[in-house]
Amino acid sequence: MSADEVSFNVLGYVFLGLVGLVTIYPFLVLIGSSFASEHELITKGYPIIPAEFSLKSYGLIFSSPGKIARAYGVTIFITVVGTLVSLFVSSMSAYVLTRRSVKYRRKLAFFIYFTTLFSGGLAPYYIVIVSVLHLKNSMLALLLVPMFNVMYILILKNYLRQIPDSLPEAAVIDGAGEFRIFTRIMLPMSKPALASIGLFTALIYWNDWWTAMMFMDREALQPLQYLLYRILSSVNLAANIVNSATLIDLPKESLKLALTVVSTGPILLLYPFVQRFFVKGVALGAVKE
Amino acid sequence: MKLRDGGGLFRELARNRTLYLMFVPIALYFLLFAYLPMTGIVMAFKEFNFRDGIWLSPWNGVKNFKFFFISGKALQVTANTFFYNFLFLALYTLFSVAVAIFVAEMKGRYFKKAAQSFMFLPYFISWVVVSAMVYNFFNYDTGTFNHLIAALGAKPLNLYSTPADWYFLLPFLYVWKWVGFGSVLYLAAIMGIDPEIYEAATIDGASVFQRIRSITLPSLRMTMTVLVLLGVGRIMRGEFDMFWQLIGNNGPLIDSTDIIDTLVFRSIMGSQDFAMASAAGLYQSLLCLAIILLANALVRRVDEDYALF
Repeated sequence: MSADEVSFNVLGYVFLGLVGLVTIYPFLVLIGSSFASEHELITKGYPIIPAEFSLKSYGLIFSSPGKIARAYGVTIFITVVGTLVSLFVSSMSAYVLTRRSVKYRRKLAFFIYFTTLFSGGLAPYYIVIVSVLHLKNSMLALLLVPMFNVMYILILKNYLRQIPDSLPEAAVIDGAGEFRIFTRIMLPMSKPALASIGLFTALIYWNDWWTAMMFMDREALQPLQYLLYRILSSVNLAANIVNSATLIDLPKESLKLALTVVSTGPILLLYPFVQRFFVKGVALGAVKE
Repeated sequence: MKLRDGGGLFRELARNRTLYLMFVPIALYFLLFAYLPMTGIVMAFKEFNFRDGIWLSPWNGVKNFKFFFISGKALQVTANTFFYNFLFLALYTLFSVAVAIFVAEMKGRYFKKAAQSFMFLPYFISWVVVSAMVYNFFNYDTGTFNHLIAALGAKPLNLYSTPADWYFLLPFLYVWKWVGFGSVLYLAAIMGIDPEIYEAATIDGASVFQRIRSITLPSLRMTMTVLVLLGVGRIMRGEFDMFWQLIGNNGPLIDSTDIIDTLVFRSIMGSQDFAMASAAGLYQSLLCLAIILLANALVRRVDEDYALF
């Protein structure tokens, strides 16, 4: 290595090392401190490796998991169902936009694209959902509001366009219907794109608290992230979640930490396995046309 | 759809009936969830009440806008939205490009992989969790940061009542959350550069710094221009999730951290003040549209292929 390469690499190690450290540090603190005793948190701050190890908060959560488990159920349900429906409808629409025989395909593409350029704003949106579509406090609101993303549809369209037109056309000549061509030929051929876009969509559902805050007052149907938000903003609620009668005994801070870890756990556990799909997805979106 | 085609529309629909049917679900969705609310912009010129709904409530001219502008809120939230987004965009671009270049040109495969994995991690958590982390670091009584500076003999930071600190913290957190994503985006662009150019330059004796200055940066210029202009197109759209989770309804901070999106949200969910919400919302939508049209015209001048429409 030449001298300038050495200095470049030293610079790189310092810079990337620092940025990497700053990003991972809060995660380590969050996980580490959730195992610390309330006493340690209050007197010494939040440690990465707890000096006074304690499982009290996790014990509290797992001994009365009712509400957390319920919120988990809601989140898993909307994530799985929402992602599957979103992927199917998005790719089906994307397929239509790629077919040359569809004379108005450009107009249709602009019809959905225009919604990213202009919107009526939150006030009419809220009123339409609540008093026109009557979706307030309905599970459908949690499913439908975050369901489609115009960029994802266009990325799928660009991906499908790489499949030679001769393929569906040959199938048409063989007498296959368009819907059949889509489900039997195009869907299986676009698995890599579907995997990436599907994971992006699933992440949106998993992390969505906004829809619930706007449209879901029924506690039984509130997803995990919104429950977590409410817990973090109110200690009383935290006590209520673990069925604790008194506030005095409650390890407030460590309970909040443990609840945060419990609700983020699946993402952290899955992260090493799914990261590459997300990287691929970003590259898919970055390649224009 | 010209008239002289004589029933061309219907013939086209009949010929490709399955394909058009396959587009019906998404069309219906955007009609109900985007176009129907779009017609609701009339709310901004009405005295809204729930009984009459959006379209039948009585008109009240530009009263809502008068209220929005005279209250001084318009100027304040516009300035905040613009100021924060401008800072966010500048720092995000700078850090993303820097990380991408180091990852592309550095040795040490495993080190780079680890650093990249760490950096991408914040992309996967919600702002709810980020806000919990911020609280862990900065809360007045038990926060790690305050323990640290107390140990150094300095005065603890009372973040949640000091507006000035957020001018640093918010951009920092924005970069913290998105730099992993952004660097992957720019790295994809760097990977698209023909490696033969680098090889030729190395054989000719170009140093790594020369290669970055004369090959990588010029090749990234197009991607950067486009991504920055796209960011500019969104400059009046605030990061609602971030501001709401980190700051929320915090009185002492509101003047310096209230953006259009938080104002609209508070007006609806807090006081059901639809006059303010609809006027501010329409103002934002129009501003966004004007800016994105301008940004797109600029992209078109740089490179037509990258124009959005």
